[in-house]
Amino acid sequence: MEVKQTVASGSEGDGGGLKRRFAVYGQKYGILVALVLICLFLSVANEYFLTARNITNVLRQTSINGILAIGMTFVILTRGIDLSVGSVVALAGIVAASLATTSSTAAAAGGPYPAVVAIAVGLLVGMACGAVSGVVVSRFAVPAFVATLGMLSAARGLTLLYGGGRPVPELTPEFRVIGTGEVAGIPVLVLIFAAVFVIAWWVLSATRFGRHVYAAGGNPHAATVSGINVRRIRFLVYVISGGLAGLAGMMLAARTGSALPQAGIAYELDAIAAVVIGGTSLAGGVGRVTGTLIGALLISVVNNGLDLMGVESYYQQVIKGVLIVAAVMLDQARHRRE
Amino acid sequence: MQPKLLEVEGLTKSFSGVAALSNGQFALERGSVHALCGGNGAGKSTFLSIVMGIQPRDSGIIRRNGREVTFRSPREALGAGISIIEQELSPVQAMSVAENIFLGREPLAGFGRIDFRSMNTRAQTLLDDLHFDIDARALMMDLSIAKLQLVEIAKALSYDAEIIIMDEPTSALGEAEADQLFAAIQTLKAKGKGIIYVSHRLSEIFQIADTYTVFRDGAFVDSGAMATVSREALIQMIVGRPLTEEFVKTNTPGDEMLLAVRGLNSTNRVRDVSFHVHRGEILAIFGLMGSGRSEIFERLFGLVGDRGGEVVLEGRPIRLSSPAEAIRHGLAFVTEDRKASGLILSASVRENICMAHLPYLGAGPVMSSRREAMSAREMIAKFGIKTASDRLEVSGLSGGNQQKVVLGKWFLTEPKVLLLDEPTRGVDVGAKREIYRVMSDFASAGGAVVMISSETDEVVGMADRAIVMRDGRISSEVSRADLSADRLVHLAA
Repeated sequence: MEVKQTVASGSEGDGGGLKRRFAVYGQKYGILVALVLICLFLSVANEYFLTARNITNVLRQTSINGILAIGMTFVILTRGIDLSVGSVVALAGIVAASLATTSSTAAAAGGPYPAVVAIAVGLLVGMACGAVSGVVVSRFAVPAFVATLGMLSAARGLTLLYGGGRPVPELTPEFRVIGTGEVAGIPVLVLIFAAVFVIAWWVLSATRFGRHVYAAGGNPHAATVSGINVRRIRFLVYVISGGLAGLAGMMLAARTGSALPQAGIAYELDAIAAVVIGGTSLAGGVGRVTGTLIGALLISVVNNGLDLMGVESYYQQVIKGVLIVAAVMLDQARHRRE
Repeated sequence: MQPKLLEVEGLTKSFSGVAALSNGQFALERGSVHALCGGNGAGKSTFLSIVMGIQPRDSGIIRRNGREVTFRSPREALGAGISIIEQELSPVQAMSVAENIFLGREPLAGFGRIDFRSMNTRAQTLLDDLHFDIDARALMMDLSIAKLQLVEIAKALSYDAEIIIMDEPTSALGEAEADQLFAAIQTLKAKGKGIIYVSHRLSEIFQIADTYTVFRDGAFVDSGAMATVSREALIQMIVGRPLTEEFVKTNTPGDEMLLAVRGLNSTNRVRDVSFHVHRGEILAIFGLMGSGRSEIFERLFGLVGDRGGEVVLEGRPIRLSSPAEAIRHGLAFVTEDRKASGLILSASVRENICMAHLPYLGAGPVMSSRREAMSAREMIAKFGIKTASDRLEVSGLSGGNQQKVVLGKWFLTEPKVLLLDEPTRGVDVGAKREIYRVMSDFASAGGAVVMISSETDEVVGMADRAIVMRDGRISSEVSRADLSADRLVHLAA
């Protein structure tokens, strides 16, 4: 809705020639157009691509990175970055798993607990990690890069300490539903992702908190003068990112059936990539969670397409690297034109 | 007779059809300090930027030691012995004094290695020669602003500069530090250098300069020896034109005290400031840059630490410890630098207008797009903001329209007291008039305006009363009947 309004009023204002209108659409939807073209190409090039099974598979693969990327969007909108999400995935995953395992060696005392309890604790662990980063960034003015780099290391260390470096296997079927269950043929993983997306989209576009996030990132000084508590907003976005990383960690453990201490390594990079490809500016204040969704889907579709075409995974990494840089180069070129 | 160090005749420069300089004329003698005087927009900066080769001229002649010259870059000007010490210094903080002096032309000792010993010795000799008490190996970040300026002077001399331009060199200095600088200037004079001295502080000019040149509205007005001109005469030349119809003033101050401030102190050098403003009144705060004017507003708005003081609004004492609190009490703060702290340039006109009023534009935590849009439209109409749509980025608007967006943002909060910090800086004459109208209407409707301004015309044209700031304190108060440009400049300097 929002997007359409902007385009309409923009073309009203300048008389709206066809060429101009294409340019406007290109700017607003460049990445979406790229995604559609790639999908079209893959549907023609590979008969398996457009099957229900493959699409479900792509969406399932997108879910975990997508949830991390949505949390990352909040953080990057405030000019921050959260490098710790991969480690928080592992920590929340292993803590929650220890409350929801039938394995006598790995279970926390008194376990297994109901899945609801395990999930609540996992979320709290993630939010607590985010809260620590948030305090360090907002109160002590430590650059987000440094603060969350510290959390990246610390949370990984805590994961290893907590589980003694061993995985937590034999999760209860009840807990595994969030990773393997299906509702009307749609994986629960994807449903959770969809719910997180809708809520995040609503929060950023319709609530006062959302306005504050954009203002705090767009010009923290002006936001402060206008009565916005920028420190509080900076703190909260890390709590959100941490909580979503905790959620993603549990989904990952539930999907694979056991929580691994080395889970989630380098996940922060894919999350940042999705945000950046989706057009959110690292300078803060500009970006949309819809862009992040498209960015995350683009990464998965490209990976899936390369898989289907039998391209070696080493090449896939190179191609992803090119994709990230190309997306930002296009964005920069657009800004220079303006 | 020796040729003049610098001689300029008939210099002109226009920016997109608007003349910034219509007749720049100037002459600098060897071993003298020449004050370049003029108000804001008098053309001083344009003149200097042409002399320094930063901008090309449209026409006119520049002679250096009697020979006609054209500089296409600051580098060429420097090569010809002209050096400038900017108002805002930008040293490489983490490097030593010697490294800064020889930046980009470090003496080498083979294999591309820097010869630190020779560099330090040469720098130290240079500094000692000027009687500057500075260690060449000290880090720039450890020096005071006055010492940084002395290093700049040494650097200029290391380029064999004969002409040194100083742009408001004392704006960030205390009195003792300024004396240090004046001593250095005397040393330079004795060495036969010529100094172009730009400053708004008249007492300084009378203390240090030998000759003066006045620019006004982009044109040469007069020049001569300091000994032959009185302070009053110089102010007359700088201020010049009579003020006609430039201002809109319809308000009359009432009797009811709206805001009273007593013994205000802050962590950012506001010292024991007391003032009050009535309903319907426009109070001006006049003072030089760095006199602590903006700091008063920052303290009132809860942006800096509270070191005591009492604020009474409509007869009730209030606490102002955060901007949100200040806004709730009905204060509005139009900051000095709208790009730095007034607007979110990447956001739309609507988002900017609504920014300070978000708690009242929705139900609970959920925003109402309809009410945001209505509010934005209301303010766009009220201030005549020229924009194709309220969803366009505010960065695309002209300076005057941007300033009106800031005003719109604050009027939406229905304030009782408007705090305006240099409200007409960088806006064109038409938009200026509209802003004056807004101020006047606001006061007439029962509000109070406190306006910081360094433009004497504006203070004389708009204020019912003015207080003059010096060094974080209020030095005097002038009523409208006694307001004049001469008096203000006199009191502030």
